[in-house]
Amino acid sequence: MACNLNKKSMFVVFARFIIERPMNFNPESFWNKIPEQVKRLAILIVILFALFVVVRTVLVPSDFGEHGHFRASAVEEIASQEIRYAGQEICLDCHDDVVETRRVGFHRDVACEVCHGPAAGHIDDPEEVVLEAPRERGYCPLCHEYLPSRPTGFPQIVSASHNPIKPCISCHDPHDPVPPETPKECAACHATIARTKAISHHVYVDCTRCHEAPEEHRAHPREFRPTKPAAREFCGGCHAKDAPGEKGIPRVDLETHEARYVCWQCHYPHLPEAR
Amino acid sequence: MTDNRKLGENQERSSGRRKFIGGLFASFTSLLVPGFLRADNKSKDVKWIIAGGYSPNDHHWGMGIDISKCIGCGRCVEACKRENNVPLVPFFTRTWIERYRILENGEVLIDSPDAGMKSFKEESTEDNVVRSFFVPKICNQCENPPCVQVCPVGATFQTADGVVLIDSEYCIGCRYCIQACPYGARFLHPETRTAEKCTFCYHRIVKGLAPACVEACPTQARIFGEIKKKASPLVRFLRMNKINVLKPYLNTEPKVFYANLDMEVK
Repeated sequence: MACNLNKKSMFVVFARFIIERPMNFNPESFWNKIPEQVKRLAILIVILFALFVVVRTVLVPSDFGEHGHFRASAVEEIASQEIRYAGQEICLDCHDDVVETRRVGFHRDVACEVCHGPAAGHIDDPEEVVLEAPRERGYCPLCHEYLPSRPTGFPQIVSASHNPIKPCISCHDPHDPVPPETPKECAACHATIARTKAISHHVYVDCTRCHEAPEEHRAHPREFRPTKPAAREFCGGCHAKDAPGEKGIPRVDLETHEARYVCWQCHYPHLPEAR
Repeated sequence: MTDNRKLGENQERSSGRRKFIGGLFASFTSLLVPGFLRADNKSKDVKWIIAGGYSPNDHHWGMGIDISKCIGCGRCVEACKRENNVPLVPFFTRTWIERYRILENGEVLIDSPDAGMKSFKEESTEDNVVRSFFVPKICNQCENPPCVQVCPVGATFQTADGVVLIDSEYCIGCRYCIQACPYGARFLHPETRTAEKCTFCYHRIVKGLAPACVEACPTQARIFGEIKKKASPLVRFLRMNKINVLKPYLNTEPKVFYANLDMEVK
């Protein structure tokens, strides 16, 4: 038996001991056979493991890991946060007249709370919580001040020169903001192009010389777009060799001058000498 | 005699081996038991319903942002701060707007004064600006969130509806996740000293409302909805536009989709 023991690995001996415990097993003699340091180590390991189990039970919440590696009740806590913005549908219940005015105007997509602020408190207690109504001149330019980064066609003004001091709401109804009169000049909307053109040789060429803008373009800029020149011959109307006009106009021979391209692939019409 | 003893010993040994192998098999099989118990537990709550009858398993949220519609007014930033009690100090934002200006010499100017909350001022640069636009930014609610991977305590996690949330009770404020986020969407709340970020307004979407920034956007530049349902405003948005996400090469699989995104945007 002893010979066999030596041959087999310790793991097998241990497994065998667990599975087929000898009939003549004497716990006391077995305990005495274990060296002192192994005993101490075993006790230490048992204590540490017990400590780990206890600490883990105390520290880890009971619902941790229920739906993943997190505390399941945290989701409910996050979901129970107070709502401030009530959503625009609920405003219709009391303010149906204003909502109806707004619904057909240019501000139809602007929710009530964009300007009036979070309204949940007002819905709970309409008397006590009164919403803000920004009447000062500084508020509307947050959206409508001219910025080159804003998308083309979005209505913008330069507030420094646009009826200074007057509050916006004295001319524009914020719930139905139709401009008192649609601007005549193109530069009101196309300010970047107008500025560029102002310093170019094309400064005296009217916008309408190259673009035919339908009347509806003023009210619905994207639905009714102005025309653009389509062919080299259009520019040739002034810049061709035999074109009528002043002497100073630079002229090219349309036949030989880069016939593969249309003019605006190389020359920017609003600032032709630069590009 | 000798043969007999040998035979007996052999028999004893073989029966012992059989017992041993049997025991070994049994003990290995018993290792699987906790796994089976767990699997049973899990299959029981396939439907996870939180207060109000909302089940995260039924939804998968995403957001679409149309760059060509953003006017940089900052209403979303303010709405987010007021809805979620984010300090009004500019440094802390769950969503913010960046202005990109691409100059003629190829240089890109990016700024976000006060996170864009008070809109922008026109600034003249010496060089010619070739193109310029606003990019609203927000937590991308990644499908593979790096922030969740690094959290040492399980305080940030992804729910079944794909939203990445933070358990502020459990967060130890170690800032690993703030470092890990490739989009800079996280910050440490100055009062609670725990990590904070956009939750897609989780408290609103469980009640069927849109996030506050979507509600407050005057030009509908932000669109919120289900990604996986056939009919949802977001699915239509994804179908009708050429869609990009931020830093696609990181394989974080963001669920904030940008339309008309310039290639300079990082």
